[in-house]
Amino acid sequence: MQKESKIRDPLIIGNKTYHDITVDIAKPVEGKANKYWWILFGLSAALMLWGFACMAYTIGTGIGAWGLNKTIDWAWDITNFVWWIGIGHAGTLISAVLLLFRQKWRMAINRSAEAMTIFGVAQAALFPLIHMGRPWLAYWVFPIPNQFGSLWVNFNSPLLWDVFAISTYFSVSVVFWYIGLIPDFAMIRDRLSEKLSPMRKKLYTLMAFGWSGRAKHWQRFEEVSLVLAGLCTPLVFSVHSIVSMDFATSVIPGWHTTIFPPYFVLGALFSGFAMVETLLIIVRKVVNMEAYITIKHIEYMNVIILLTGSLVGVAYITELFMAWYSGVEFEQYAFLNRATGPYWWAYASMMTCNVVVPQLYWIYKIRTSFVATFILSIFVNIGMWFERFVIIVTSLHRDFLPSSWTMFSPSFVDIGIFLGTIGFFFVLFLLYARSFPVIAQAEVKTILKSSGSEYKK
Amino acid sequence: MNKKILYGIFDDEEVLLSSVKKIKENNIKIAEVYSPFPIHGLDHALGLKETRMAITAFIYGCIGITFGGLMIYYIMISGVAKSWPMNIGGKPNWTFYHNLPSFVPIMFECTVLFAAHLMAITYFIRNKLYPGSTSKSPDPRTTDDKILMEIEVQDNEDEVRKTLLATGAIEINEMNHEK
Repeated sequence: MQKESKIRDPLIIGNKTYHDITVDIAKPVEGKANKYWWILFGLSAALMLWGFACMAYTIGTGIGAWGLNKTIDWAWDITNFVWWIGIGHAGTLISAVLLLFRQKWRMAINRSAEAMTIFGVAQAALFPLIHMGRPWLAYWVFPIPNQFGSLWVNFNSPLLWDVFAISTYFSVSVVFWYIGLIPDFAMIRDRLSEKLSPMRKKLYTLMAFGWSGRAKHWQRFEEVSLVLAGLCTPLVFSVHSIVSMDFATSVIPGWHTTIFPPYFVLGALFSGFAMVETLLIIVRKVVNMEAYITIKHIEYMNVIILLTGSLVGVAYITELFMAWYSGVEFEQYAFLNRATGPYWWAYASMMTCNVVVPQLYWIYKIRTSFVATFILSIFVNIGMWFERFVIIVTSLHRDFLPSSWTMFSPSFVDIGIFLGTIGFFFVLFLLYARSFPVIAQAEVKTILKSSGSEYKK
Repeated sequence: MNKKILYGIFDDEEVLLSSVKKIKENNIKIAEVYSPFPIHGLDHALGLKETRMAITAFIYGCIGITFGGLMIYYIMISGVAKSWPMNIGGKPNWTFYHNLPSFVPIMFECTVLFAAHLMAITYFIRNKLYPGSTSKSPDPRTTDDKILMEIEVQDNEDEVRKTLLATGAIEINEMNHEK
């Protein structure tokens, strides 16, 4: 058995037995949804439908329905794309990297974080899809033998790297998530009675893939999880590095910097953890997981946010320094214009939300408060959206030709699609919270004796 | 001779582990252990062989990187591209190695894609997990909080029962084989 120091804070609160864990985690799946769930679900579904309407309008009329113009030909859509992809990163970090580091606190939150990853990446994938204009031809991005005189995709292009990176990331995350879910689906399957809920019993039997928990299966399960974690770790770093190369390999001042890959990866982890907190602080209340998602978990995440937030701050300053140090006047202008030009307010919000606000986590009281964490996590979410907006729009709006200098303003369709993806994300997440075991119960049971509050006495 | 299967039920993984060791010492064969969560050290105690999942992942990864490399070689270097050589952004496609740096990301992604998915498929096949498969566990409580040890007995039933109870089983169920 694993031993843990007595002075470490417990990760499971209350006098829980293995059976209590089963009951607590199966409860939201077996019970009925409460009023708040329906209200949230209704709101999200309405937003989602509005988003779908805007998408249909875009596809019907063309990209002209958006606020893009000739100078700023990439704005709102790619900002949202990078924002959602970034949010996805924390899930894989929690499930893969923290598994390799044997961090026990990941066990209570990895399931939801991975769900967030998958739903977030799905939202992200929507944006390039719509931006294609003819989404039914989306399969053209893959290297498929064709009748156009063998017209192939270009393997030199970071945009194609992105296609491979994101589809690999998405599908591997789904597999990783599902392999972990199988024992938990089996737990729900075995609790449902054939008589009372025959349909649900059938459904969970189907989803549990016939899991029975043999010793050999568990041995393989552990090895497969470890290897998948090992594969996902470089994958998660590669995905956002490649996203950053969409910009960094261009010759636009403000984009053409070598710091982009690490800077984007850190930003992604930073925003991802903020979104995990936003979601989990709600989830733990709505589905009564207070005993498993404790303030200690939140504090650990806040420490990561503080670290990555500060590193992102260092990256911002490095960018400014390098622009000055390079001696290239275009580069210098791009950054000066970012901070003091017409988009100074976007730059200022980014700096405030991403660099200044997370510094509050140095204060113990703020770091260990649910309310403060929730508010700060919203700040970080907003700040990271602005970061992408600043990078993309301010670098483009002052073109090489002063005659084409312009500003960007989103159309109602732009805003509608963005709100729609937020709605869609929450619809998926709320459905997940009611039908999936939101905590990896099999894994939590393994740490009960080393990290349960009752066993620590 | 009447062939019987005994199910020893345990509610604590440490008790189970010591019990497994003692039963092994008494030269009683344990057919299977079903548990709700992975138990550290159980595979060694039961004498299970090391799993080869990681080795398969390595092989699949090698297949993936080869596939990625060959695909890119055909599409960008040989194949139709040969009759229309291009220099895209200072990356000429006359030879593979000239262009290699910009092929690395996709070759890497192919490695991970193949390793992860094929290993997962192998895992499902080896464990006989697929939609429509039903649980083989003799007791549904084994996904909740009970650990079940399955022992086939022939004429040593009393001895097995005694050892199970002495080493901490909380109940013993049995099933008769109608063969």
